Amino acid sequence: MKKVQFKSPLLPYLLLLPQLAIVTIFFLWPAAEAVRSSFYLEDPFGFGSTFVGIDNFTDTLTSSDYGRVARFTAVFTFFVTFLSLGIALLLAVKADKVIRGASSYKTLLMWVYAVAPPVAGLIGVLLFDQHVGPIVDFFAMFGWQMQIGVNYFDTSFAMIVTSVWKQIPVNFIFFLSGLQGISKSVQEAASIDCRSGMRRFWTVTFPLLAPTGFFLLIINITYAFFDTFGIIDVMVKGEPGNNPVTLVYKVYLDGFRGNDLGGSSAQSVILMALVFILTIIQFRLIERRVHYT
Amino acid sequence: MAYRKTVASFVAAAALLGTSSASYAATDIAWWHAMGGRLGEVVVDIANGFNADQSACKITPVYKGTYEETLTSGIAAFRAGEQPNILQVFDAGAATIIGAKGAVIPAQDILENAGVGFDIEDYIEGVRNFYADSDGKMIGMPFNSSTPILYYNEDALKKAGVEAPKTWEEFQEIAPKLKEAGYVPLAQSHLPWIFTENFKSRHNLQFATNNNGYDGSKDTKLVFGEPIKNHFTAVKGWLDDGMFGYYGTGWGDNQTPFNEGKVAMWLGSSGSFGGIQKTVEFPFSATYLPYWDAVDGAGTGTFIGGAALFSMAGKPDEENKCVASFFEYLTSPEVQYMWHKETGYVPITTAAYDLAKKDGYYESTPAAEIGIKQLTLPGGDWTKGYRMGFYVQIRDVMNREYGKILSGETSVEDAFATIEEEGNKLLERFSKTTGN
Repeated sequence: MKKVQFKSPLLPYLLLLPQLAIVTIFFLWPAAEAVRSSFYLEDPFGFGSTFVGIDNFTDTLTSSDYGRVARFTAVFTFFVTFLSLGIALLLAVKADKVIRGASSYKTLLMWVYAVAPPVAGLIGVLLFDQHVGPIVDFFAMFGWQMQIGVNYFDTSFAMIVTSVWKQIPVNFIFFLSGLQGISKSVQEAASIDCRSGMRRFWTVTFPLLAPTGFFLLIINITYAFFDTFGIIDVMVKGEPGNNPVTLVYKVYLDGFRGNDLGGSSAQSVILMALVFILTIIQFRLIERRVHYT
Repeated sequence: MAYRKTVASFVAAAALLGTSSASYAATDIAWWHAMGGRLGEVVVDIANGFNADQSACKITPVYKGTYEETLTSGIAAFRAGEQPNILQVFDAGAATIIGAKGAVIPAQDILENAGVGFDIEDYIEGVRNFYADSDGKMIGMPFNSSTPILYYNEDALKKAGVEAPKTWEEFQEIAPKLKEAGYVPLAQSHLPWIFTENFKSRHNLQFATNNNGYDGSKDTKLVFGEPIKNHFTAVKGWLDDGMFGYYGTGWGDNQTPFNEGKVAMWLGSSGSFGGIQKTVEFPFSATYLPYWDAVDGAGTGTFIGGAALFSMAGKPDEENKCVASFFEYLTSPEVQYMWHKETGYVPITTAAYDLAKKDGYYESTPAAEIGIKQLTLPGGDWTKGYRMGFYVQIRDVMNREYGKILSGETSVEDAFATIEEEGNKLLERFSKTTGN
């Protein structure tokens, strides 16, 4: 194979420079700074700091609250990812079959995509409001007195519903384009072989959608971990209290609300490690089972 | 005010004459605050009033979001060398900014350096010490000062045939009648502030070692005795018996049912007065924060909540002089009286309080005087306030554990054990940040 060579050996590095600079300034440098300050306890105004070794990490990991927040994050991530992928897939498969009024149906489903997370949170807060929320009134008819902000379970429920609702359109768009990318001839061949639509879906369509699905899985886990910040922030109304929060929101609470820079740096280092491990697992274990055509 | 205006314009004129070529420009100072909505409008009015009153200085107020956001922006700006001249910092953040030696110039110093007289005795009792250091030197200039009081729906009380309670024992007697009349008898809007910090003050109980934390952050520990635990046991009982409503940590979520006439009595801030007056359709009044008669020495005054204005360090002398003249303007009886009337926050000087009395304000609206009267109730050893670092997180721990008590997830004993353990750990961590 013939190799393409640059005339000057420096040129490729020069062309890479803007990208490398962005990665260094906006990712590597802050990450290094977070690792450094995770070993210190620092006065917020920057007058003094004390080296405390791994105290910030042990304090974080031994606090009862951190375990609770981590457990909630895991449950929250699971439900948000599973439900938003599942519901979006169902809607996409159904939308793919619609012939009359297809585009308006699809547009309506994609609409929510344009809503920013804090706005979605605000809509959630209004719908689930203790005093005037219509969803609360609806469940009250079945004898479920929802108390968002008081009851841990109810608040988690509202957060998950709002986050899922916000994420479905993105997944819908990708699944729909994935479905439309499956060639008609394969589908026709399958329908000659098998009458059951259900079975055709699981044996033919679903495996062919796997690359899209895998991509969305990563996007959705990242979404549940990080991008739901705005929704949670609006839902807890600035006072976490006994409400469920995610790990990322706790980093913000301790660092920006409480000005505990060392403790919150330690938490973000833990989070960095967690995401790193998660990414390895995803690519090592799951991607092997995905076939790209 | 008129004399100062004359002097200022005279000085300005002299400056103009003296520098025939260079044009005279006012010194600009910036004021970062956390007052949104109606309060923000009044802040702008105060700034405009100051700018119109003299011409040597021009103050620009900038709204920075919530209290926490304002403090965080102020800290970030300070580290970048871009700090405003005046930063509004709330009660729970006081230890952070006062603990950072060199971040602020004490209000007392800035006034004295500018040749403006300062006498701590001019300020009312409950205001003097909250933002002062352990020697009693005033560091922050108290600005929006409020204290928790009990608001009540007069119609509801009349319907139940009861009087507003002075003590919690009285409350327990009248609450069933209010419940019978179809009301939730009581709600409150801030468990750490009303049922913890001011509970301690109202009963003259120690809140933390090291003189409630004023004597330094090293080895400061929270102190929780039987009275506060008994109080929370009682509150949980009230909740279970339908005599108390808890709607979460959101301030407004707890105030709304009172405004709507569902809750008969609500514990909120004296600064809520203006808002309630505009919203509710029923006659309402206010009284002191109740206390437990059974606790020895109870019935002492409360201390202020709200926020203070801090003069940030690292600014040129002429700007500091402007800060001093702004503080002087702000504490003048007329401005304080206007602020008090517009917002419900208490006037911070005796002179302003006297002016409000002389003007007959409290004859027409007696409820507006409750906050300041409660602040001037006789004090004790533990009524001047508290000074604890990482206090925002300590409050978060309290809110979390109180939430668990009320939802039945934990017992009062266990909740306070957790608050003590995690709170003390935070205090220990804070003392390390300042290098002590």
